[in-house]
Amino acid sequence: MQPSFPENAKSAVLDEATAAIMLENLYFAYPGKRQEPVLDIPEWHIAQGDHVFLRGPSGSGKSTLLNLLAGILVATRGTVEVLGQELGALSARERDRFRAAHIGIVFQQFNLIPYLSVLDNIQLAAYFGRKKQIDFDSTIKQLFAALALDDSLITKKANHLSVGQQQRVAIVRALVNAPEILIVDEPTSALDSDLRDAFMDVLLAISQSRGSTLIFVSHDTALSHYFHHVVNLSEINRLGAGNDVS
Amino acid sequence: MMFLNVIWHSLLNRKGTVLLALISVAISIFVLLGVEHIRHQAKESFNKTVSGVDLVVGARTGQLNLLLYAVFRMGNATNNIAWESYRELAADPKVAWTIPISLGDSHRGFRVVGTTQDYFTHFRFGQNTPLSFSQGQPFSQLFDVVIGADLAKKLGYRLNDEIILAHGLGQASFSLHDDHPFKVVGILRPTGTPVDQALYVSLQGMEAIHLNWRNGVKIPARKTSLDALAERDLTPKSITAFLVGLKSKMTTFHVQRQINTYSKEPLLAILPGIALTELWQMMGVMENTLRLISLLVLFSSLLGLSVMLLSSLRERRREIALFRAIGASPFFVFMIIQTEALLITLTGVLVAMLALTMSIQFAQSFLVENYGVFIDSFAFNSETLGILSLILAGTLLLGLIPALSAYRMSLHYGLATRS
Repeated sequence: MQPSFPENAKSAVLDEATAAIMLENLYFAYPGKRQEPVLDIPEWHIAQGDHVFLRGPSGSGKSTLLNLLAGILVATRGTVEVLGQELGALSARERDRFRAAHIGIVFQQFNLIPYLSVLDNIQLAAYFGRKKQIDFDSTIKQLFAALALDDSLITKKANHLSVGQQQRVAIVRALVNAPEILIVDEPTSALDSDLRDAFMDVLLAISQSRGSTLIFVSHDTALSHYFHHVVNLSEINRLGAGNDVS
Repeated sequence: MMFLNVIWHSLLNRKGTVLLALISVAISIFVLLGVEHIRHQAKESFNKTVSGVDLVVGARTGQLNLLLYAVFRMGNATNNIAWESYRELAADPKVAWTIPISLGDSHRGFRVVGTTQDYFTHFRFGQNTPLSFSQGQPFSQLFDVVIGADLAKKLGYRLNDEIILAHGLGQASFSLHDDHPFKVVGILRPTGTPVDQALYVSLQGMEAIHLNWRNGVKIPARKTSLDALAERDLTPKSITAFLVGLKSKMTTFHVQRQINTYSKEPLLAILPGIALTELWQMMGVMENTLRLISLLVLFSSLLGLSVMLLSSLRERRREIALFRAIGASPFFVFMIIQTEALLITLTGVLVAMLALTMSIQFAQSFLVENYGVFIDSFAFNSETLGILSLILAGTLLLGLIPALSAYRMSLHYGLATRS
């Protein structure tokens, strides 16, 4: 899998040896004089295809870390390498495109633009990913089938779907550009336990079958058995040490 | 297309507030365009009413008053000019032609103008266009009448119809000249000026119907037969005003002074162009006030639009975070808000222009009947283009407030969707 964008990322050969995520001496504080630093991570990496459960209480810097991995925030110091691409070396525009093409994101809720149809939502993601997909329709059909979504949902408005359906459509949307990395942030907290288990099953099955690297963020330790690795943010973040109450 | 699709559905999703903002913007644009159009048209209408007339002469009064009653048939004359004075001044070798005008009677709210056939030969309007007949010819008999185009259309008169004139002005006069009906012998082509709103009879005819009147009251039981009228001298004793065409423009001020210093009675001669300029100067303050008010109305409605978009951002925070998550740049978010503002304003412009076109269609006849002002249909011209660019520039400028706010929001909040 070669990332098609940006051009200067081509030099970085993405083979099995390249880590999906690589943090080195990461230090982050929000801009502003009186801002306390949030993250100080000496070293952390995630191998490609790994399924990682990242946990930590709210306020521990999880959101900040996700923003850094997605290239929305830039590290104050140190490096954030995603798929061999140093994000800090890219312009803001290039980071946005990199994110669109290589990282799929699923939130706790509000994953779809409510006033657009399901199809429009997915097409919008494809539009930003700029992947010329000849087989767009069949990709969606496959994903819909894999996630047990009915094809008739495609024309429905996103806010007419149930919460469970919305979360599964969110996975379709996140995967439509065939991203190497899938970041999932508290995706199950809006679901009841039956739906939650079903959701976890399809999520893991689909990332397994596509070889995606999965970063799953949650404070719900009951879900940790689904994952290869469980990482506590306070273990890797020096500033968060001792703050973990979960 | 994806971009516009998103915006279209986003606006549709908030159609309640968007519709209110749209209405407010449309009304303000309607007011602005309407004021400008009517201002423009009123000027045009006034300017084209009189052409080729060098001097307007009447009894001494205000310059504007004379212009208004003699040319625009608004208001009333304060005094008359003696027939002898008129003959004497008209006989001046510097004068090429004169058109006497005698006012005071009406027919169903339309004014009757007593004049001579010279009216049809010498009167000019617009770009020096002479009057012409759509049917018939100028009056030649004592009780012949020529009618203006609007009047013919509105009252449905045709050639050879009989008309009874009323003494004095006003829609419902009780003192009718019903002893001597007039016969329609000519209908003028439309001119788009007050000419279309009047009836024209000979000075003699006007004199004849007033023979048995004293102080504006008909003396009963004294009807003069046509035969008897033929023997009487029907030369009028006075006229209301007269229009003068000179042989040479060079003598205009000379003749004007001559008339203004006429020793036998106090007269006033005015140059219609100068009087019109004075009129515009007087109206200037009002025009500018109207303009200022309509600009302020526009500003406040655009500000309202900007406030609407700004307050919508509160509920769109997660939407913005989502856009960012799927790879939209902050600029994309900025453009969504700006385009929404622009789209609402553009729709407002279309609605306003449509409404203006329709309301002018409705108002046209009302304005003509009541004020003698002719308003052309709304047309797109360079001035409109200027106003529209001003509106669009204002929209983009005020749209910056919510758009920049959304831009900053997309940078600041990032993926944090939990409030």
